Amino acid sequence: MFDAMSPKTGARYEGRVTVAEAGLSGMITLRGALDTIAQPVADATGLEVPDTLGIVEEGGRALAWMSPDEMMLFCAYEDAADLAARLAEATADEHALVVDMSDARAIFVLTGAETSLRETLAKLTPADVRPEAFPAGMVRRSRLAQAAAAFWIANDGTLRVMCFRSVADYVFALLSHAAHPEGAVDHF
Amino acid sequence: MLILTCPYCGVAADETELAPGGEAHLRRHGPDSSDSDFEAYLFLRRNPRGLHLERWRHAHGCGKWFHAARDTMTMEVLGTYPAQVTAPPPEIVHASDADTA
Amino acid sequence: MSHRLSSGGRLIDRSTSVRFTFNGTYLRGHAGDTLASALLANDRMLMGRSFKYHRPRGVVASGAEEPNALLGLGTGDRFEPNQRATVTELFEDAALSSQNHWPTLEADVGAVNAWLSRFLPAGFYYKMFMYPRPFWKHVYEPFIRRSAGLGRAPAADARDPDRYEHFYIHTDVLVVGGGVAGLAAAKAAGEAGAEVLLIEQDPHWGGRAVVDGGEIDGMAPEAWVTATLAALKAMDNVRIRTRTMGSGVYDHGYALAYERVADHVPGSEAPRHRLWRIRARRIVTATGAIERPLAFAGNDVPGVMLASAVRDYVVNYGVATGQRTVIATNNDDAYRTALALHDAGLEVPAILDARDGGGGALADAVRARGIRVLAGRGIAKVKGGKRVTGVAICRQSGEGGVLDMIPCDCVAMSGGWSPVVHLWSHAGGKLTWDATEAMFRPDGARAPRDQDGDAMVRAVGAANGHLGLAEALSDAWEGGTAVAGGGGTASEMPRAASRDEAPLAPVWMMPAAAKPALRRKAWLDFQNDVKVSDVALAAQEGFESVEHAKRYTTLGMATDQGKLSNINGLAVLSQALGEDIPQVGTTTFRPPYTPISLSAIAGEARGELFQPIRKTPLHDWHDGQGAAWEPVGHWRRPYCFPRSGETKHDAVTREITATRGGLGLLDASTLGKIIVKGPDAARFLDMLYTNMMSSLKVGACRYGLMCSENGFLMDDGVVARLSEDTFLVHTTTGGADRIHGHMEEWLQTEWWDWKVWTVNATEQYAQIAVVGPKSRAVLEKLGGMDVSAEALPFMRWSDGTLAGIPARVFRISFSGELSFEVAVPANRGRALWDMLLEAGEEFGVTPYGTEALHVMRAEKGFIMIGDETDGTVIPQDLGLDWAISKKKEDYIGKRAQARSHMASADRWKLVGLETLDGAVLPDGAYAIADGRNANGQRNTQGRVTSTYYSPTLKRGIAMGLVKDGPDRMGEEIDFTRVEDGTTGGTMRARIVSTVFFDPEGEKQNV
Repeated sequence: MFDAMSPKTGARYEGRVTVAEAGLSGMITLRGALDTIAQPVADATGLEVPDTLGIVEEGGRALAWMSPDEMMLFCAYEDAADLAARLAEATADEHALVVDMSDARAIFVLTGAETSLRETLAKLTPADVRPEAFPAGMVRRSRLAQAAAAFWIANDGTLRVMCFRSVADYVFALLSHAAHPEGAVDHF
Repeated sequence: MLILTCPYCGVAADETELAPGGEAHLRRHGPDSSDSDFEAYLFLRRNPRGLHLERWRHAHGCGKWFHAARDTMTMEVLGTYPAQVTAPPPEIVHASDADTA
Repeated sequence: MSHRLSSGGRLIDRSTSVRFTFNGTYLRGHAGDTLASALLANDRMLMGRSFKYHRPRGVVASGAEEPNALLGLGTGDRFEPNQRATVTELFEDAALSSQNHWPTLEADVGAVNAWLSRFLPAGFYYKMFMYPRPFWKHVYEPFIRRSAGLGRAPAADARDPDRYEHFYIHTDVLVVGGGVAGLAAAKAAGEAGAEVLLIEQDPHWGGRAVVDGGEIDGMAPEAWVTATLAALKAMDNVRIRTRTMGSGVYDHGYALAYERVADHVPGSEAPRHRLWRIRARRIVTATGAIERPLAFAGNDVPGVMLASAVRDYVVNYGVATGQRTVIATNNDDAYRTALALHDAGLEVPAILDARDGGGGALADAVRARGIRVLAGRGIAKVKGGKRVTGVAICRQSGEGGVLDMIPCDCVAMSGGWSPVVHLWSHAGGKLTWDATEAMFRPDGARAPRDQDGDAMVRAVGAANGHLGLAEALSDAWEGGTAVAGGGGTASEMPRAASRDEAPLAPVWMMPAAAKPALRRKAWLDFQNDVKVSDVALAAQEGFESVEHAKRYTTLGMATDQGKLSNINGLAVLSQALGEDIPQVGTTTFRPPYTPISLSAIAGEARGELFQPIRKTPLHDWHDGQGAAWEPVGHWRRPYCFPRSGETKHDAVTREITATRGGLGLLDASTLGKIIVKGPDAARFLDMLYTNMMSSLKVGACRYGLMCSENGFLMDDGVVARLSEDTFLVHTTTGGADRIHGHMEEWLQTEWWDWKVWTVNATEQYAQIAVVGPKSRAVLEKLGGMDVSAEALPFMRWSDGTLAGIPARVFRISFSGELSFEVAVPANRGRALWDMLLEAGEEFGVTPYGTEALHVMRAEKGFIMIGDETDGTVIPQDLGLDWAISKKKEDYIGKRAQARSHMASADRWKLVGLETLDGAVLPDGAYAIADGRNANGQRNTQGRVTSTYYSPTLKRGIAMGLVKDGPDRMGEEIDFTRVEDGTTGGTMRARIVSTVFFDPEGEKQNV
């Protein structure tokens, strides 16, 4: 898709951790009683419904728990429209809502030592990001300074931060500030 | 700076992740209600020194509204519970009775 | 004179010399010095002038409680006033300046106030500046403003060049204070298995014990501290941090700590300050105690210091605060100062012990060294101006008759110790009066409670009133174990010898029966210049409550928050009132414990991070075109696009003319877009909107109004029905999040049995309004969709593809022109915009901003939420009765709109307004009616809600709310005019229809 531009295309900051925009990502919002949409989602993606606050990943796709009646499905950007249409079709008989929201949000990928990743987050969020409270595979929705955000440690050990696209500049600047090379707290 | 545990996602949320919604368990009065009922619904609020049943939304989180039973003097939280009820659950009523006893 | 001793100083590195300036003079100190110790080492005893009387003042203390030694530090962008010299570390090239004097520290003309001090008693300002009233604004206020404030504010154009940050941390146990009690508590809690964060405000550990001596577990305190630190560092579950001050304790275990990361290394890239926002399950305050001064005449002369500070400077910094030091005390602890001075080879001509019986074991040790101890004696008066030259001795029990004179250059005073109970008290911990030690100490039975109703703060050691080393250590060990949950510890409780001191005798005035002349020179609050006589006067004038007396005298209201003065002040107050001290009570302890920088509070929130700026997918294009921005909520929208040489007014005129004449483009991406789906979606929207949405046909659009339960108009917008059970709700730019929240609130908390899902899809789409007579032509040129009048009539929508981009096109108009709003996935918004610009070139395509949008909608008489509405306006006021369903039994706001005031015929209603001469009415101007109200103000009969210059009509147009307006068409009324901030005459306008342009709608229906 030659003309599609992610919110913060190519953004990258190298500090105590590296902050980079993930680029175009498919994101599908699923609303409905989770058990009623579980089967259609499993059929279409092979992904099981995650536990409360959880995220499951498989084959380049991921399914995240967002609320007791909301999940987000991550996939390739170019697959999202078709996948959303298929899921809408498959859940047509249920009380459910499927929306392709691939353009509404920005995702940043943070790489570095896990302690530094946690420290970067701790400068911005009131959420408890100690390893026992925020293990890999948990999605925490909270705020980063003044912006709403969701974040999780993925299977590959990277920290993913998702925010609305309108505040992508702000959140990128926040993460860069928090990842400043001279900003070590060495707490974790 | 309160911490309230969201009954939906289980997160012990910092007050800055929450949005307050005032007194809980108000009964809506619609078009055919009397002036006094409507006034009470719209404007008259309890302001207790002690147990307060109140609404909160886990706004920077799972987005769900819930209720909290909080002592306005001691900040003790007797419990949080879902918003889809018209009265507090019995265990909170009992706990508050025990507190005042 | 004060000077550096030839040896000693456990905190300084004599091999490293540090150069600094004080009021422009080059001086030298050592690495490890504080500003205060470095100045004292250079015999700079005089460090500033007091706030009210400009009396010469020197350093009194050696820690955070210091009231006098506040300095300007740094230059240019890094200048900061009121830096506490006793806790600020010296660094190379530090530029220090003293405060509150003119022209110089040594020769200050403001000191004349001191001569007038007997005419400036408590409440002077309140009494003096009361009359005559006309003097308030032009005489008194400028005077008060000139004399108010402490230190000099940084230059207006200075910009703080440093970085700051917050750090949120969760822990089991927070221990505040790195003295031996804090170390012991942290060790006990850590060994018992808790996750512990231990913080200490100073750069070094050990607190008082390392200066005061004794033995812990058979070691010197210094060695015990070193061993304990090593043990703490070896524990994975314990984290320790210096230069981090416990600033405040709040509800539910929330605590703030202030870390001075890089104050001592200016220019470092590290954040200068870091604000720790801590959630602790339990908080241990091991904050120690602060020595109280004694109130005697001349106790503020430079050279009069706390006894503990005098020995701190000797032991920690190798600095003698004087050659001959007279010690005045009411307790045994001050004898330690005599021993320290004697050890350093300094003279102690006498110890004046206010107790008739003198002291205990420590006093014996002092006498054994041949130092003279005078029991039952006190200081009648200190001699000297800018520094101490001697003391006059009297009987403590008398009125101040002088028995003897002792020449000296330093006076060390001790009035006993007060536990630092600030953090204990912040979140509601209560205190109890300990008559034996004459101090308030934490009442363990009335601790601050957490969310579970359990005690969340525990004071230990001296902070809990245990002044002896052994008692403090055992209390701390017990406390540390308890907050960790009572688990076992691997080590034994640290042991020390029990306290062996004679009881203190409370001394609130020296001598006890001092005459008024002495009381007028006996200072309680050094920083705010409050004397014993002021507090007595306040009591005499009826300010009996401690909170009132505090405010009347300003006792304890300075930046030191009365750390030295509060207890002495309220003791004096209680004596004046003839009540016991606990009856008088204390004032409220409020955070922060010591001042913290505003920058630390702001953290990262400055510059581009001051607040989130929301940007549309087209933001960069707008920015590149030099858009003039308008903030709308957190969004930035282009107000207009001025070309070179154009004013904003010119640009708006050009944009409107081009749009009405050809083709305009508006970035409408900020408009809220909420998807509402479910079997009950239609019923739900019928409740949200005043008009009927359930009757909307699939494929059609309808304009709707949303009210609050109060009946007031809160939002408006176009609803599109996407399918039988799915709607797309458009909200205002500012309304998207609010209306989505409003929907979820009603669905979750009132109609939770209704089957409706919502998704806020606002940011999924870039939405572009393609407006003007050529709008259809340009879309047809892009190709892919049939946008003909037949295929896509007014108030319909259609899905398709435009120039290869999936698009939803709404045929709606907020300008009165033929108009299409095109929504595409946000990531492809820029591509569509670029293609529209290219394809539209032949039609004179002109991007326009929010002001052109506003003017065009006003020309058509369309309302704008926030202009025509202000939270008190109902749809009926705006003539929107057509959009209020009469058929519906209920909608949010319906009941409220039936209230008598809402249904009143007297409500102001919306009309159009035209000035007679075509001028533009001032925004918000009021229409004047006959007569005056009860307050003597002119009566009003309406106000302007929107007013613009219309380039289309080439005249001013306005809308406003006017009493009986719709029934008064053609009538002329007068509006107030405001010029240069004052009212100036009136403007006359005629009441007309709100629709100024194309009333038949011929332009949009093509």
